[in-house]
Amino acid sequence: MQHLLEICYLIGSFGFIIGLKLMGQPDSARKGNLIAAFGMAVAVFATLFLSKTGFQVIGNIGYILAAILLGTVVGTLMAKRVQMTAMPEMVSIFNGMGGLAAALISIIEWRNIEHEIIESNVAEMVANFGLPEGFTIVPMSHYLPIIAGLIIGTISFVGSIIAWGKLNGKIGDFRFAGQQFINAIVLIAIMAAAYMNYHHVNTLEAGTNVWFYVTMGLAIIYGLLFVFPIGGADMPVVISLLNSFTGVAAACGGFLYDNNVMLMGGVLVGSAGTILTVVMCKAMNRSLTNVLIGMAGSNSSSGGAAVSGNVREVQATDVAVMMKYASKVIIVPGYGLAVAQAQHVCHELENILTEEGVDVKYAIHPVAGRMPGHMNVLLAESNVEYDKLIEMEHINSEFPTTDVVLVVGANDVVNPAAKTDPTSPIYGMPILDVDQAKQIVVLKRSMKSGYAGIENALFFDPKCGMLFGDAKDSLQKLVNEVKAL
Amino acid sequence: MEQILSFIGNNITYIYLIGLMIFVGIELISHVPSVLHTPLMSGANAIHGVVLIGAIIVLGKAEATDYFSIVVGFVGVFVGTLNVIGGFVVTDRMLEMFKKKPKGGNK
Repeated sequence: MQHLLEICYLIGSFGFIIGLKLMGQPDSARKGNLIAAFGMAVAVFATLFLSKTGFQVIGNIGYILAAILLGTVVGTLMAKRVQMTAMPEMVSIFNGMGGLAAALISIIEWRNIEHEIIESNVAEMVANFGLPEGFTIVPMSHYLPIIAGLIIGTISFVGSIIAWGKLNGKIGDFRFAGQQFINAIVLIAIMAAAYMNYHHVNTLEAGTNVWFYVTMGLAIIYGLLFVFPIGGADMPVVISLLNSFTGVAAACGGFLYDNNVMLMGGVLVGSAGTILTVVMCKAMNRSLTNVLIGMAGSNSSSGGAAVSGNVREVQATDVAVMMKYASKVIIVPGYGLAVAQAQHVCHELENILTEEGVDVKYAIHPVAGRMPGHMNVLLAESNVEYDKLIEMEHINSEFPTTDVVLVVGANDVVNPAAKTDPTSPIYGMPILDVDQAKQIVVLKRSMKSGYAGIENALFFDPKCGMLFGDAKDSLQKLVNEVKAL
Repeated sequence: MEQILSFIGNNITYIYLIGLMIFVGIELISHVPSVLHTPLMSGANAIHGVVLIGAIIVLGKAEATDYFSIVVGFVGVFVGTLNVIGGFVVTDRMLEMFKKKPKGGNK
């Protein structure tokens, strides 16, 4: 029974890999998630009831089971109750919890080291006999995972909480001149403090060692500085990045405890998360470096040529007529649809139009909503057929043959400035070419600009009509009007 | 230099493992339709909840009188569990919606 623990960890690790693999395809995604969860369950139970020598219940089992039970109840409730639209916030919170766990592990482990040093009278021994050649009190290989787990876990925790606050609008953007410079300084200061701590403990300097806590404090500051200046549009990138940070923090724990499942899971998420971040950056036309040094976001509301002209306001009745007698309608959903919870009524409109013989499709921009794939999840929730959701590369060629494009609460992803205006902050971002269509109708609450903080030339296009109002109300009106015709 | 070499030598299995896992992670994500990015991020989020095991270990070895370790470890296990359970449940909720429409041939 000796190797049972290792075998369980092996099952856990394979569960993660296979689970993540299956999650990459729509048909098997749910099964993949369950397999990963199964792997996790095996690994956790093995940790509780097995040791390297055989069956042995871990110490403090009462406390551990109580904490797990409490976490299970609270976690399930939180996850079940959250609205689909608030999903990104939820992911951010859970990510922060993982980072916090990693940081707490490091805090306890560090305290254990300090206690050991005091209890074993190392200082006295070294004072009497000197430090033996090639001997370090706390070897780097033991110190590094602890301090890295602390730093990365703390940054991930603080950053995720800020990202959560930003996504639900509780925290605004905050930036000041020279921020990147300050960020870099803080990062260097973290490294320096971490080294001072190492130095202090290994040279047995007198006095209390505050460097560990200085390192932690600086990591908290960095977490704040890191996320504060980044605009809401870049939050998915930040969450994905923090997600991979937490993965690395978990991997540090794997090193520390010589625990393969933690190492494998952590590294897997670390690398998968990084790639996911890069893919998202590409879709949003931002470089990862800029995001990393806190430069991303809507830093130039003044950028881009000023757009002027007349905006044509239209009435729901006109739009209903236009759509009913169109042969092809493309709906472009955006974040406005998500906040208004308009996905169901949107599907209703699609159904009615389809019954009238109109060809209705959805054009999904990779970063529509708040995260890649967020729109798909929302629309899938309201039973929109999977094959009606067309990705940008495939739908762009269809716009010229489209009679009416209905833009529901999207803005930056349909801004032609991304193609035409090199001074625009979003220049170069791939967009949906809705301006190619014969008629464009934009459902929007007001003329307020989108995340990128810039005017949208599309709204001034003579072909474009604006239907102001809450997305859900407007869509409901359209549904009623089309029915009444 | 000697130190670095011996460090690599002593940890060669780990280095293999980490290197291979990095490639596995990259491979797994690179060919995924952007539709699935949010659920995938959420799924990966749940997987790094494996840090829970570290929290269990650290709480498990705390002495009965070491209240600091017990309290902090308890919080660690609690938030670790939140990460795991919450992560998997949220992911399942997202993916549940994809599963309803198996006839979707256009991926």
